[in-house]
Amino acid sequence: MKEPNDVILKTATKAAVVIILAFSIHLFLSGHHNPGGGFIGGLAFVAAVVLLYLVHGIEKVQKNIPVDFKKVAGIGVLISVFTGVGGMISGNPFLNQAFWMVDLPLFGKTEMATAVLFDVGVALAVIGASLTIIISISDDR
Amino acid sequence: MSWLHLIIALPFLCAILVPFLYQQFNPRIHTGWFILIVPLIIFLGLSSYIPAVSAGKIFYLTLPWIPAYDINLTAYIDGLSLTFALIISGIGFLVIWYSIYYLSRLKEALHNFYIYLLLFMGSMLGLVFSDNIFVLYVFWELTSISSFLLIAYWYEREKSRSGAQKSLLITVFGGLSMLAGFILLSMITDTYSIREMISQAAIIQAHLLFIPAMILILLGAFTKSAQFPFSIWLPDAMEAPTPISAYLHSATMVKAGIYIVARCTTIFGGDPAWFWLVTGIGLITLLYGSINAVRQTDLKALLAYSTISQLGLIMSLLGLGSAALYFQVGSAGTFYAIAIFAAIFHMVNHAVFKGCLFMAVGIIDHELGTRDIRRLGGLMHFMPVSFLMILVGSLSMAGLPPFNGFLSKELFFTSFLNALKMPFFNMETWGIILLIAAWVASVFTFVYCMIIIFKTFLGKKKDHKLKKKAHEAPVGMLIPPLILAALVVAIFFCPNVLAQHLLQPAWEAVLPALAATAPLVIKISPWHGFNTALLLTIGVIAAGTVLYITYEKWRSVYRYYPEALTLNNLYEWMLEKTEAGSRTITNWYMTGLVRDYLVYILGFTILLVGGTAVFFEGLAFDSSRDAAVNVYELVLLIGMVIAALTVLLAKSRLTSVIAVGTLGFMVVFFFVLLRAPDLALTQLVVETVTTVLFLLCLYHLPKLRREKIPLRFKAVNGVVSVAIGLVMTAVALSANSNQLFTSISGYYLDADKLAGAKNIVNAILVDFRGFDTMLEILVLTMAGFGVYTLIKLQLAVRRKENEGTK
Repeated sequence: MKEPNDVILKTATKAAVVIILAFSIHLFLSGHHNPGGGFIGGLAFVAAVVLLYLVHGIEKVQKNIPVDFKKVAGIGVLISVFTGVGGMISGNPFLNQAFWMVDLPLFGKTEMATAVLFDVGVALAVIGASLTIIISISDDR
Repeated sequence: MSWLHLIIALPFLCAILVPFLYQQFNPRIHTGWFILIVPLIIFLGLSSYIPAVSAGKIFYLTLPWIPAYDINLTAYIDGLSLTFALIISGIGFLVIWYSIYYLSRLKEALHNFYIYLLLFMGSMLGLVFSDNIFVLYVFWELTSISSFLLIAYWYEREKSRSGAQKSLLITVFGGLSMLAGFILLSMITDTYSIREMISQAAIIQAHLLFIPAMILILLGAFTKSAQFPFSIWLPDAMEAPTPISAYLHSATMVKAGIYIVARCTTIFGGDPAWFWLVTGIGLITLLYGSINAVRQTDLKALLAYSTISQLGLIMSLLGLGSAALYFQVGSAGTFYAIAIFAAIFHMVNHAVFKGCLFMAVGIIDHELGTRDIRRLGGLMHFMPVSFLMILVGSLSMAGLPPFNGFLSKELFFTSFLNALKMPFFNMETWGIILLIAAWVASVFTFVYCMIIIFKTFLGKKKDHKLKKKAHEAPVGMLIPPLILAALVVAIFFCPNVLAQHLLQPAWEAVLPALAATAPLVIKISPWHGFNTALLLTIGVIAAGTVLYITYEKWRSVYRYYPEALTLNNLYEWMLEKTEAGSRTITNWYMTGLVRDYLVYILGFTILLVGGTAVFFEGLAFDSSRDAAVNVYELVLLIGMVIAALTVLLAKSRLTSVIAVGTLGFMVVFFFVLLRAPDLALTQLVVETVTTVLFLLCLYHLPKLRREKIPLRFKAVNGVVSVAIGLVMTAVALSANSNQLFTSISGYYLDADKLAGAKNIVNAILVDFRGFDTMLEILVLTMAGFGVYTLIKLQLAVRRKENEGTK
């Protein structure tokens, strides 16, 4: 990718990336009860990283976020599969999800669901796979 | 989750740990020492079931897996599965112990070896304990795959690779046809459980699909158990390390076919077709294997052919025994059912003595660097312990006392003598021919057993032909085969302990109906007077000795058989033709043009979806249920049409990309208008990311040129795109107009109660249809890795080429 030198874009990105990242996390967390979830949250995260790539160039960003996204994708899939197996240990079918209501000190009555763990896997897989594809294609020249 | 499920899962779970153990402790501690614990735990755990099972108890433990499709991990312990599982874990323990000395911790990729081995052990246990046919099938194919990986363990060797390929092609072909057979059976009986199928045996036997189902399942069993003419993969599988040959290719995996035949005996038994197929193929295999074994000069190849022949022996006994079911109930059946007992007994004996033989041959190979009979000789004084093991194993295989092979060989002859009295299945005329075939095969078995003993250990020592000096193996390596050799003798002296606790329950598991009415009362004794069976054995020894002594005079007979007519040549020819044929077909339609592939995909969709809709009269247009169209939607629609047309008429790629993006974003508005926030969000983010991807790809594409495109090309494009649009519109409208079933949406409305989620879409994604999501992210990840590998591979090749030109 060409190295753009656009002050306005760079400045705007600084604010925008933070907002998008925060929004993506919000999307992910609220997914259980409101619009959102692992897939959308993950993709929004990807969008933020892609914005960074577009503005700062891939090499610079990779130096600052030294994460191997192939591994992220693999870990995501593994997490999803293992939460599925988790249900089997307690005698339920594969991928059966459970949820409990727990009283947490600060948050009050909060719901804990294994589905969220499964969703973490989905989000990581989406982030990992999409960024792997994007980086690979843009690397090829 | 029960202990039993944990026992089956244990090898798989431990396989995950192997790389870490290898990384941490290699080369200080041989990885095998850790793995050794796994089969020991399994063996001890399973042993605790012996008292209950021998008392006639049957365990039935279900762990739901995909209950919606009635597919559950049901473990079923009866005599048959327990006998198999004890062999798998027991021999597995000894083989892993042996492998610690066989495979050097400095030179070999031990982590690969033990992962494959554990994978095999787990899938084999799963196979024998499964009650659900689909779970059984999955484990069945897993054993084929792990066998493939183990044969190709030394993958640098060309022979290992071709041997592995051969075994995979043949066994997976059989596995697939077995799956088809299972599906036929489940169609007949409307169940996926083998036990329930057995209870419906009468219905199956009367069904039109009885013969096809039987042949398909037998194909699976015969390919796995290396029956003629599918036996050709087994000699080539000997390229695997010797512990693997001892474990997979003589003691356990090749017995999977025997297991299936034994299990299905109650379903198919009593039918002449089953009787003749199983007995006939078994006998042919027995003869083919033993006659071919005599001519081998490689000790392992000799053992491979002898395994083929012994498997044929067990198979033919199972076939003979199935005749017992011809009589509905009563003691008349039990008379013939002794053959089944003999089969199970011989299967156990074979696992023990053949394991011992393989390990001993492995020691010779390991210590001397060759296993070619022509180079060996006179090793008795240098390797006395190995000689003892070979002696015990071979004499047992030849059917001599005081070894366990004698007992089962006597039962084998007794079964064939009993079969002479069968008043049905044309056995009045054929019975004697079967007996003669069995006897001749036994003579050849005797001859090759003598070859193993005399040509390797007696006679002159040929030092000049050996690479290494002859010496005995380390003690640790000798212990596992010695344990097996001790068992060979022990079983001879107290066979009834084994018979009471395992063989009898196994026999009852094969023939449950018979066991309930006329139980088998059998007492195996080494000496039961001068009967015909003993006379036959004496005849075998006499004829075998004569043949062995005169071997040099008649061995040239083998040369008369033309090389061109061997099964291996047939296999090679078929492989070559299949490769050439598929290449021609593939080249014909794989043009390398994305446009052509799109035409295929869309064309098939039009034909199948549109065709089905028209053929089954599914098209219905009923506007009464549709919502009213408002102004916003109309405006959006016009916008979308303009965007779509812009894509078509754009002069540069950038314009088309932007137009496609616009189209996507307008769809987002539609979702917002129709109150689907989740869809709108997803579409929004997907559209953003794909637009970026498009722009990235744009970098690599050439400028859009206005070329003169032939009219035909354009016409096809036009027809296909208009047709797919029409079909999709028609399907969407019809889907809304037809209400064949009550909608499932009502169920999803309870998401809060069922899954604790107020967002229905999310509940569907992660809970109700979690399987879909899991597989989707798996596919996405694989696609990601695919793109990565393709591009990185291309880059690497290009870099190499650049270096080459420099």
